[in-house]
Amino acid sequence: MLGRNDFGMKGTQDMTVRMAELLGAIALALLSIGIMVKSTDGLAIGWIPNKGPGSGVWPFWLSLLMLLSCLATIVNWVRGSTPESRSHEMFMTRESVHIVGISVLALLFLLVGIHTIGIYLSMLLFLVFYLKVLGGHSWTLTVILSLAAPTVLFFFFEGALIIPLPKGISEPLFEPLYDFIY
Amino acid sequence: METILEPLAAGILQSLEPLNLAMLVLGCTVGLFVGALPGLGSVNGVAILLPVTFLVPPTTAIIFLAAIYYGAMYGGAVSSITLGIPGASTAVATVFDGRPLAQKGKADLALVTAAVASFIGGTISVVLFTLFAPPLAAFALKFGPEEEFCLMLLAFATFIGLGGDDIPKTIFSICIGLVLATIGLDIISGKPRLIFFDIDGFYHGINFLVLAIGIYGIGEMLWTLEETKGSVQVHKVTGGFKSLLRNLKAVKDYFPITILGSLIGYFVGMLPAAGATPAALMSYGLAKTFSKDPDSFGKGNVSGVAAPESANNAASTGSMLPMITLGIPGSPTTAILLGGMIIWGLRPGPLLFAEHPDFVWGLIGSLYVANFATVIINLAFIPVFVRVLTIRFTILAPMIFLLCVVGGYAPTQTMHDVWLMLLFGVVGYFLRKLNYPVAPAVLAIVLGPLAEQSFRQSMLGSQGDAFIFLQRPLSATFLVVAVLLAAYPIVSGMLKKRAAQSA
Repeated sequence: MLGRNDFGMKGTQDMTVRMAELLGAIALALLSIGIMVKSTDGLAIGWIPNKGPGSGVWPFWLSLLMLLSCLATIVNWVRGSTPESRSHEMFMTRESVHIVGISVLALLFLLVGIHTIGIYLSMLLFLVFYLKVLGGHSWTLTVILSLAAPTVLFFFFEGALIIPLPKGISEPLFEPLYDFIY
Repeated sequence: METILEPLAAGILQSLEPLNLAMLVLGCTVGLFVGALPGLGSVNGVAILLPVTFLVPPTTAIIFLAAIYYGAMYGGAVSSITLGIPGASTAVATVFDGRPLAQKGKADLALVTAAVASFIGGTISVVLFTLFAPPLAAFALKFGPEEEFCLMLLAFATFIGLGGDDIPKTIFSICIGLVLATIGLDIISGKPRLIFFDIDGFYHGINFLVLAIGIYGIGEMLWTLEETKGSVQVHKVTGGFKSLLRNLKAVKDYFPITILGSLIGYFVGMLPAAGATPAALMSYGLAKTFSKDPDSFGKGNVSGVAAPESANNAASTGSMLPMITLGIPGSPTTAILLGGMIIWGLRPGPLLFAEHPDFVWGLIGSLYVANFATVIINLAFIPVFVRVLTIRFTILAPMIFLLCVVGGYAPTQTMHDVWLMLLFGVVGYFLRKLNYPVAPAVLAIVLGPLAEQSFRQSMLGSQGDAFIFLQRPLSATFLVVAVLLAAYPIVSGMLKKRAAQSA
């Protein structure tokens, strides 16, 4: 084994691919066990005479197979047979964490926004944030796209497809538009 | 022959109807752009735009999506050649010789070669498709639930055996897809299954689109956002009609290899689950082996562009064959098309020919038309594409994210599915980083309900005797082939070790 701490971590920021592989396999193994348990909730996991396999058969035995494959991955990790288990590279660089993390947070806020203020306003805010703050584009581009996208979407979905999209508390603002398209 | 020509002609005429033709041309164009843009390929385009098709009749919808699939096979080459970044995984092999050609200032030669090779590949494969489809469908009519189940096992085994990914991780991916498909109300017994934390939204199950858009939309964007740091270097493309004619004359240099590539592409595409990516790579490898000048490959040999490009187009058509006739997708994109067909109320498989002939022949006819339409649009718009490719990802990504959110909401109109989609996207991104293959999961969630049903029907029919699968000759054959396929990587690994040890 190498001299330094074989977890390869110098701090919480420095997760190596190796560590991530192990943690991933453990997390998925726990998930598999969870599914196995949930599969037995009110369902039969064996053969019901004259009726065939129980409803729980498929989920239970498959999640058992999932658990076994996670255990196999952990065994492979210990033996170092996969490239990921040998790699001491950083799992995610600082830049990656920055751009991916912020994108995911922006998406989270977008979805929360859809619940509360409705999709069109949330889209606008999301685009303004993404284009201007994250992307550093010009105000012209930002304004054009942020206004164009919800407009196009509105007429396409509500007008053409007649699928109403969530509007939350901003619903009253759309009344005049409804009169226009219907 | 006559029994094919008549419905085929009807199908071609159907695809020339105004709405169908308009959607076809739109699909080809969208596909070209989607394929050309780095980070998006046919599978992403088809997944994200599938909800759009709820607006139109199923025949138009499949023509549109198939046109996207087609267009993306043409378009992938544009980014590979001009940017050196594969436009889609299907265009990876095109980078090997496409990029050096561009660096030498011959980008236009490479682009025209790619377009022509794609056209040849598409044409040959569509003809083969027309010839193979009816007999294969007739053969599949003999299948019972035992054969269906073993055939699906074979499809999954192909992923394990030929996928090239870590086996336990592939098995995990397949299984989790199958398990996700069970969430909701059990069709046979009516009991609720896997309603996690008693959240109501799970009662209607997990729509495959939620997983597909999550992984191929959100996950893909997160992945590409991480990858595309630093500047993309666009190579200048000199265009013009004269150079087009000059480049077209070069066809005779690579015509034979294109034929070979098309055949390889078609047959590899036909294999369940494999798809255009391995077809293109295999074709490149074989072209290099059979070439008179193998060392020139990788440095700018036009055959190195022609071979994979004809193969990936041929494979996209080939992968539709098992989808239509057997109900087994031939590639990740066709898995999504299959899911779409189920949503539209069509059950893919041999009965489709009998029950919905205009749908099937409309699709086949449209492939002929799409091939022509795409090559024309491709050649005409090359300069436009090159311009478009310089769109910064920070503009494209939020657009795609929004499309995903809307696309995830549209099928069931519940926010629950959108949250799930985000979850799948983020988890899928992390799993992909750890080298878990995601395509098997998407395939599994589409085939899951059908697989479980076939399994339970078989078991019921045999009164619990698991050996029924081995007693019927067809299902036994599928099962044996499946086991061989799954065992192939283990066996070849052991053989390699032995060779290395004795060396």
